Amino acid sequence: MTDSTNPSQPSDSTRTKEGLRPVTDTRLDISQPVLEVSDLHVAFPSEAGQVRAVRGVSYAVRPGEVLGIVGESGSGKSVSSMAVLGLLPESAAVTGSVKLNGRELLGLSDNEMSKIRGKDIGMVFQDPLSALTPVYSVGTQIVEALQIHQDLTKVQARERSIELLDLVGIPDPKRRVDNFPHEFSGGMRQRAMIAMAIANDPKVIIADEPTTALDVTIQAQVLEVLKKAQDVTGAAIVMITHDLGVIAGFADRVQVMYAGKPVEAGSVDEVYYSPRMPYTIGLLGSIPRLDDTERRALTPIEGNPPSMVELPKGCPFAARCPIAIDRCREVEPTLSVKEGNTHPTACHRSHELGDTLDPAAIYPVPEVPEASDLEQRPRGERATVLELDNLTKHFPLTKGAVVKRKVGVVRAVDGISLDIREGETLGLVGESGCGKTTTLLEILDLPKGQVGTVTVFGKDTRSMNRADRKTLRRDMQIVFQDPMAALDARMPIGDILAEPLKTHGWDKERIAARVPELLELVGLNPDHADRYPQEFSGGQRQRISIARALALEPKLVVLDEPVSALDVSIQAGVLNLLDELKTRLGLSYLFVAHDLSVVRHIADRIAVMYLGRIVEVGDTQSIFDAPSHPYTQALLSAVPLPDPRRERERTRILLTGDLPSPANVPSGCRFRNRCPKYLSLDEAEQLRCRDEDPASAKLADDHSAACHFAKALEVI
Amino acid sequence: MGRYLLRKLANNLILVLLAASLSYFVAGLSLHPQSNYEGRNPPLAKSTIAKTLDDVNMNPDTPIVTRFITWADGVAHGDLGKTIDGSPVNDEVGRRIGVSTRLLLLATLVGSVGGVALGALGAIKQYKLFDRVTTLASFFILAMPTFVLALFLKLASIQFLGAGTIHFTGETDPEFAGHWDFAALGNRAEHMLLPGLTLVLIQVGLYSRYQRSTMLDVLGSDFLRTARAKGLRRRTALVKHGLRTAILPVVPLLVYNIVLLFVGATFTEKAFGWHGMGELLVNSITRNDVNATAAVSLFTAVLVLIAGILSDLMYAALDPRVRVR
Ligand SMILES: Nc1ncnc2c1ncn2[C@@H]1O[C@H](COP(=O)(O)OP(=O)(O)O)[C@@H](O)[C@H]1O
Ligand code: SF4
Ligand code: SF4
Ligand SMILES: [Mg+2]
Repeated sequence: MTDSTNPSQPSDSTRTKEGLRPVTDTRLDISQPVLEVSDLHVAFPSEAGQVRAVRGVSYAVRPGEVLGIVGESGSGKSVSSMAVLGLLPESAAVTGSVKLNGRELLGLSDNEMSKIRGKDIGMVFQDPLSALTPVYSVGTQIVEALQIHQDLTKVQARERSIELLDLVGIPDPKRRVDNFPHEFSGGMRQRAMIAMAIANDPKVIIADEPTTALDVTIQAQVLEVLKKAQDVTGAAIVMITHDLGVIAGFADRVQVMYAGKPVEAGSVDEVYYSPRMPYTIGLLGSIPRLDDTERRALTPIEGNPPSMVELPKGCPFAARCPIAIDRCREVEPTLSVKEGNTHPTACHRSHELGDTLDPAAIYPVPEVPEASDLEQRPRGERATVLELDNLTKHFPLTKGAVVKRKVGVVRAVDGISLDIREGETLGLVGESGCGKTTTLLEILDLPKGQVGTVTVFGKDTRSMNRADRKTLRRDMQIVFQDPMAALDARMPIGDILAEPLKTHGWDKERIAARVPELLELVGLNPDHADRYPQEFSGGQRQRISIARALALEPKLVVLDEPVSALDVSIQAGVLNLLDELKTRLGLSYLFVAHDLSVVRHIADRIAVMYLGRIVEVGDTQSIFDAPSHPYTQALLSAVPLPDPRRERERTRILLTGDLPSPANVPSGCRFRNRCPKYLSLDEAEQLRCRDEDPASAKLADDHSAACHFAKALEVI
Repeated sequence: MGRYLLRKLANNLILVLLAASLSYFVAGLSLHPQSNYEGRNPPLAKSTIAKTLDDVNMNPDTPIVTRFITWADGVAHGDLGKTIDGSPVNDEVGRRIGVSTRLLLLATLVGSVGGVALGALGAIKQYKLFDRVTTLASFFILAMPTFVLALFLKLASIQFLGAGTIHFTGETDPEFAGHWDFAALGNRAEHMLLPGLTLVLIQVGLYSRYQRSTMLDVLGSDFLRTARAKGLRRRTALVKHGLRTAILPVVPLLVYNIVLLFVGATFTEKAFGWHGMGELLVNSITRNDVNATAAVSLFTAVLVLIAGILSDLMYAALDPRVRVR
């Protein structure tokens, strides 16, 4: 039982078991690593030169242990795990060593490897829709996984598949086993993937971003299933993710990767509470946190990760590191335990950090602009920018190819009322499919017909003429999630910014003056106006989208998931920019996001949406400190915190199942079939939930919830 | 699904009738059957010509609508009318369908299996020698007019095997015509060799291009990676999960192409002297044979209908996502 890199934490379950094990017991030596990767290198040939995707990865996992690997996209996480499985294209040059129970895997033939894949090593991938073959039923695919490695008859394998589906929490597995992947929801597909991964009792499960494409509520369910799968199989888990929150509660040890190399490794507590490498410190400082109580500027890591083709000499992080010294640009640091540190890092200055250098102070904290006069005025005294009253959008559900028959109604937006005041950010949150985007599109459409009203800057959209609408379109702008799709790749960014100005009849000189001004406003170099979108990084492109939205000096900006496609270190900069612009230009934002930590950081008020309705709305503080609707409580409790100790202590409110279809809204309270509170109510109370659609009731000055039994609960 | 197909069949049947009627009008108005009898030496009497044309319902002096009604009435009773020679179109078409079927059945089978296999393999070996060679060869074949390809094969067979080694004119040597015994079958096979090869090459060239590109899309897919992560060997995963999915978008193309070849193999038939449906299409027009032209058009429309249904059925059999309709 020697584990030199892990001197701490006797509390963790694995090690407790080891401690209880009699020394003479040699049946199962669980202190031996099952999977041991050492000095793994992967390079791909490319036209620009060799892509050195992985440059010396080493780790070991023991049975029952969870190793987390974090890093930004492109840092080599996926490639290194594919290399372990021997699933890289033939062109990849792989060196180093991968040992499974002491047996070397590198260099084995495809035949030999296929006896190990799926049997000793199970794999769970991201994006569960594309990870299952569309033309075979889920059952067929699990049966296949079983029959490859076990001598089972068709009937036995089918029985076992049903058991596995049941184990991972698929309701009605007997019937569901014959469904095809497209008939499963995202969360269910991921459960099926896990069922497949554990079908043959693997010794190691490698999970590559297993929850990245999922909603937090579903993420919490899937993580729970993964834990259960581990309990059942006793496997070691290698968990790859970019989400520091997920790792904090799930992993025992963590390894941070940058530019194809681990730069810091240790127990989660060591890495999260005493990071000793500037990149890790930067990552932890750049994420907005759900448990942040005061408003602070996030500390972004400036710049972008280096190209893996022409890596500069020295430390790959040097160009972005605030404490880089000359030596950093000459010699690449190796991963080792530096003097005075408890765990290994790859940094020349680790020994100073925590000693003479304060880790919390190495990144310059950006200034939060002082709240403007407008923002300081009480809410009631500010003008209303946007007001929705009972906004409704129903789509007919039709059937039939030639003659369409109406067979139902999709209640995408089912009576929404809210308002946004000047200089205010309203965050709209909820699971995907709950109607957020439809709401935005309805607002932008300035509807005439539908039930309910949209009032923008005091004018009812129903009574507007064309000229009014045009002015309004100028005052209200939108920024989309995917900056690449939203920007025309064939236009230089200068032209992209000039386009809305031209449409609104600005003359040449004014446009020529405005474009550089806009670029500067969003922190880009005005000299780059003649470059094309693809020459910019993701974060910069999002800045261009923001600049375009601001071109006509709007008053209200609608942001649809503006940072969810960005890496955290980049996201921080964009969030800071949005915050600053709001204060400087007196903007109002309607900010749609699924990441509640981001919303907490940026929003003044929050509206929680469920199945076409707002179930709770209020100022940010009330919503996070005293969430009162059971759905809000579940949503908040599902968000993982990047704080290992708190994560271990938290108990999650797990929601069952998926969001129901808006074509089939339950009677009474629409949340009742998933409501955890409902189960704890008595018969009469339950009846009320079933029969009576709860109206929004005021709980405090700026806080209301639509639940018959709304009661504040602390969940974070 | 069954109801969906029935409805589609009904819809398309109407289209077939419309298309066939329209072609009759076009053929009836633009072809000049009388020119076959005019300007002969010695000249035929006007009344004789009119009589002959009346017999086959092609007299331009009869209003087109009247002619159409006569024709349509016949078609409704299973009679396609008479050719310009006065023989029944039914017999002519029946015989030629037999010829076309014999020519095409094997060739399309080999062509489509070969095309799919070659395309899939090319994708798997992208940019390797095999892929480069097959890509180049396909473009070469596709760029060559069929007639030239046929000629090329004939010349090659003469050049390398000697004149007369392979008999390639007609369906059989004259002495075997109409026979089906063992020796005749051998002779038929020999005659089939070059026209069959022509058709196979063209189809392999075309289908392999489509299959290659859809297979390339699938090769990088996540589900193929999952299949291998389960423990399937590379080749098994490629066929069972990769090709099985990549073939879907190729199926409609294959079906339409194959079915329509029954009237579209004109050049191959002409080049090798086979008297199939493709030849009839050209011959009937050059001979100003209104009824035969109309029959070929009707046949083509029916083929489109069949191809549509067949491709739907095949697609539904292969892709569970459309079955639920
Ligand atoms: N087949 C490949 N050919 C060339 N480069 C590749 C290939 N696969 C991945 N890469 C490169 O390897 C690097 C690491 O990628 P990856 O492991 O996917 O990162 P992560 O999983 O950390 O986001 C990236 O620069 C990526 O472009
Ligand atoms: S080695 Fe130098 S550049 Fe790299 S992280 Fe450490 S201090 Fe920064
Ligand atoms: S009304 Fe009833 S079912 Fe709805 S959220 Fe409240 S307690 Fe749950
Ligand atoms: Mg990845």
